[in-house]
Amino acid sequence: MTIQFNDETFRDDYSFSNSQRAKDRFPFPFHEDSYMYSINMEQHQGGPADSIYEKRFDVDEHYLAEMRDRALVLADDPLRCQSLPHMTLAGWDLLELIMVSKSEDYPELFELHRNGFKWHWINKPMGIEDHFVFMDETTLPYGPMEYITRQTQGDFCVLDQREDNLWMDAGMVTTQADWSLDFDIGMNFFEWHAPVPLAHEKGIFKRALKFLLSIQQGAPARRLNWTMTVNPLLDTSPENYHKWGVQKNTLTPENLGSKQHLRVELQTFFRLPRSNGLVFPIRCYLMSFQDIMAKPKWGRRLHRVVRDLPEELATYKGFIDNRPMMLDFLAQYDDGLPTSFGVWADEHSEPSLKK
Amino acid sequence: MSAFKFPESIRSRPVYGILEPRPGRSHLMIADCEGAEAILGLAVRTPHLMANTHIIFIPNGTKFGTKLQALNPAQYYEGPSYAAALSRIQRVLSDAAMGLQIYLAGTEGMMGQAQNEAMQAGYDYTAIQTEHRGSVARRMQCVHCKGITEDVIIDPFKCSHCGLNLFVRDHYSRRIAAFQGVCIDAENPGNVPPSTELYS
Repeated sequence: MTIQFNDETFRDDYSFSNSQRAKDRFPFPFHEDSYMYSINMEQHQGGPADSIYEKRFDVDEHYLAEMRDRALVLADDPLRCQSLPHMTLAGWDLLELIMVSKSEDYPELFELHRNGFKWHWINKPMGIEDHFVFMDETTLPYGPMEYITRQTQGDFCVLDQREDNLWMDAGMVTTQADWSLDFDIGMNFFEWHAPVPLAHEKGIFKRALKFLLSIQQGAPARRLNWTMTVNPLLDTSPENYHKWGVQKNTLTPENLGSKQHLRVELQTFFRLPRSNGLVFPIRCYLMSFQDIMAKPKWGRRLHRVVRDLPEELATYKGFIDNRPMMLDFLAQYDDGLPTSFGVWADEHSEPSLKK
Repeated sequence: MSAFKFPESIRSRPVYGILEPRPGRSHLMIADCEGAEAILGLAVRTPHLMANTHIIFIPNGTKFGTKLQALNPAQYYEGPSYAAALSRIQRVLSDAAMGLQIYLAGTEGMMGQAQNEAMQAGYDYTAIQTEHRGSVARRMQCVHCKGITEDVIIDPFKCSHCGLNLFVRDHYSRRIAAFQGVCIDAENPGNVPPSTELYS
């Protein structure tokens, strides 16, 4: 299929919107009517046709707008992209993984021609064509990680594996849920997750680390995570929190449906072949509450999840103050009917709202 | 006794021990203020270490210098500030040989920075001993402007670079050798609670 790329913004006038196709493939993250941390890993080996799980690196209608937004963030703050000196090889691994995956999965959009170490990359949507020598940094305009992640949706954490731990030693982070790469770079798995409440006590991170350390080449994994964002703002960084935090205060009962967004992260994990590093892409999908409510099952369920979420999690995810107003809105879409198990909207079998 | 027991905290927050003598060909001890007491304690237990020890001390107005010097370490240096001592620390680390033991004692800010220098010289942070003594003030990085404010003892505090009102997090970066400060009134500008002393 041909993707029509949106001309839209994730800042200022927030002209971002989801087409019907994007709404239908939104990764609603709740498989039941409540939420608690879990490792919820599964193999990342494709998925239902046209779903966000189908390709290794999903390219959607927001691609060009997201890449423009990333370029703006980097121009304003180059520290959002950093790589410690020993991570360059992992950067080449990542460049190869993305170029090979995208050219195979979207041959109409991306081409990669390889003749030994002489590579030729064509990115048609962005109008980029480069000839370069693989593993020779002087032949690209940026380091390999930065070059390819300026052309790929989602944040990227490139992790070094040593001492039975994972280390956040490189990354491209411009669409983050309020954490700072510049502060966390160099930390191990437990340290960069230190501020997360409840999960350490539940042993979540120990088990997650054990799983991640054993991920093999060619056998990537994935999971979903989520938070809440007022306005479709990609760059919810701590660096700029003093600028965007005030937007949380602009919600009213009238504008909440269009301003309040559920922010879902598709997190994937790929072993890198030469460096034995692990790349951890974090792809952000945004959908307004009013668009979610168009799916009766998702409407019922979102109300119940937000209502019953433990206070620590609502605080950590930054919406504790707005939760009462969110619940007033969401309650209108919950008629108390049971919901089917699983994340899919099941629009053909789930009853419409009985209110 | 100027030791302080820190409350249990998150996984990125440093924890400190008690300096123990370790076998080594040479010993580098860096202390500031009451950190001197940790070195004096170590020397009482193992006086023979001093023949191969280089002490770098930043008194910041404390009077431990004479006592430390009386230990007769192989080398003794007293500096007016960490910044003044830094080039010497870097020089010593640059030709440190296998078998050097590193001991840090005193404030969190000094130990964090010295640990960072040792890490840059190739030492694993887990091999560097630390013992907290004296002030519980913190070295804070403003996550917004990236400026460092030294000796922060109240929460919230004003960033000494950009002037934002920051709250004191326990999230700590060894690479920056600082805790993270985040704007406290971002969502309600001007709504800054009164500051209280840390751990009060």
